Amino acid sequence: MFLAYLISILILAAIGIILAVSLQLTVGFTGLLNLGHLAFYAIGAYTSALLALAGYPFWFCILTAGVLAMFFGFLISLPINKIKKDYLALATMGFSFVVYAVLLNWTDLTNGPLGLAGIPRPQLFGFDFSQNSNFLLLVAIIALASYLIIKLITISPFGRVLESIRDNELAAKILGKNTFKMKMCAMGASAFFAGVAGSLYAYYITYLDPSSADIMQLIPFLAIVIIGGLGSLEGTVVAAIVLTFLPEPLRFIGFPSSIIGAARQVIYALFLLLILIFKPKGFYGKVKLE
Amino acid sequence: MINLEIKKLNKHFGGVKAVDDCSFEIEKGSITALIGPNGAGKSTVFNLISGIIEADSGNIVFSDRDIVGLSPDKISNLGFSRIFQASSLFDNLTVENNLFLAFDNEDTKFWKNLLGFNKATKIKKEKVKEMLDLVDMEKFRKNPAGDLSFGQKRLIELIRAIINPHSILMLDEPVAGVSPRLREKISKILLKLKEEGETILLIEHDMDFTLNMADKVIVMEKGIVIAEGSPEHIKNNRKVLEAYLGE
Repeated sequence: MFLAYLISILILAAIGIILAVSLQLTVGFTGLLNLGHLAFYAIGAYTSALLALAGYPFWFCILTAGVLAMFFGFLISLPINKIKKDYLALATMGFSFVVYAVLLNWTDLTNGPLGLAGIPRPQLFGFDFSQNSNFLLLVAIIALASYLIIKLITISPFGRVLESIRDNELAAKILGKNTFKMKMCAMGASAFFAGVAGSLYAYYITYLDPSSADIMQLIPFLAIVIIGGLGSLEGTVVAAIVLTFLPEPLRFIGFPSSIIGAARQVIYALFLLLILIFKPKGFYGKVKLE
Repeated sequence: MINLEIKKLNKHFGGVKAVDDCSFEIEKGSITALIGPNGAGKSTVFNLISGIIEADSGNIVFSDRDIVGLSPDKISNLGFSRIFQASSLFDNLTVENNLFLAFDNEDTKFWKNLLGFNKATKIKKEKVKEMLDLVDMEKFRKNPAGDLSFGQKRLIELIRAIINPHSILMLDEPVAGVSPRLREKISKILLKLKEEGETILLIEHDMDFTLNMADKVIVMEKGIVIAEGSPEHIKNNRKVLEAYLGE
């Protein structure tokens, strides 16, 4: 019983890791205050769910989810060349609202607020992942692969250019870097992994409604990125695991479920606030928050 | 030989004519200094050349090509390298990484870097070491650039601009606010570059520094070029003395 509970939290933590490290790529490494990350996640989740319900195999669904999310990542990059800092945050947040509204209202495709039910669990190479323990293994492998690829990007000279854009975009341009292309790549790669995370979430939860694109759901992930430390993937992973487990004891205190949700938000906000006051670089971060 | 030609360049900010019908030429292999009181439009001219701001009218011709309207990165890649008045180092990156960024644009290729085909070559590493030795800062190689002092930042910016491939080096107040010893060091480096045939465009308030260094001096006031010529010529120009030195 407890083991099943633990496994289900670990699955959510692994999905959270993918979502958080990909968010770290744009926010922490490239300096793009991207508040539209959950839109890519939702695009991935819905793409994957619809394809899975239509009977397509797992690998096809998850890759298409990633690629379509990446396409929207590129698309949102077109205007961000002209938009900087806080305004970029507003623009990406706007994108998030648009995606949420589309998912809610395009009922022919998404079934609107009723959501998509009965998403089948994946099968791959004859393995059945309907057992949570098997599914955890699958998610863990994909989370590890995502982490390693993003790590590879950030430690390569390409990642160095991304960091130079975060520190001083004009200086990067003056050194001859096409910063527009770079930011587009960062958004695209980040959106790809958000889409993959969305796909895994849809497979895991087997039911999807537009609330997965709700901007409020982004707050824990922004908190993870900041608490882990901007520019630190290791910190992000640790923070993702800690923050997934942190509100869990609330379940056992005996609060009604309506309070648990709100209490969780409060805990994240409180934790974030404490970090910003006492450890502004996060636990492992190298980058000063401006 | 003329390397860069500014023709009737204009830039207005609201009602202010920051650069007003500005024209001058820069010879290859020479040091040209742009001087003038604060607000004369010198830095605006730099920013126009770099493509950071776009001219209202006029041409900037470099190697027979008008570069007005090109983006800063394209202009940089045509052969311009510059430093800014304020520090523009990447503060969270190490000194070494600040320099590695300057070599080429291979690092902007996603797959090449992801698959590990863009290693720091021996030539690059040696060049970084050589340049750090030149300014006696080898031991700061692994320090974050943001932790350096003002003067150290100026030096790193200068060598970063030198490493960045270019045919014109544009220096916006390279010795402003640095100690006399450091100023000496920077002038030595610049003179060495000149011997090597570099073309340098310089903005500087320090008159001794400028007049010792420059082959040609261009004096600006209120966006207009009021005089140009050799340092000797400028020293004795009454108009210049009135405008610039207030005598």
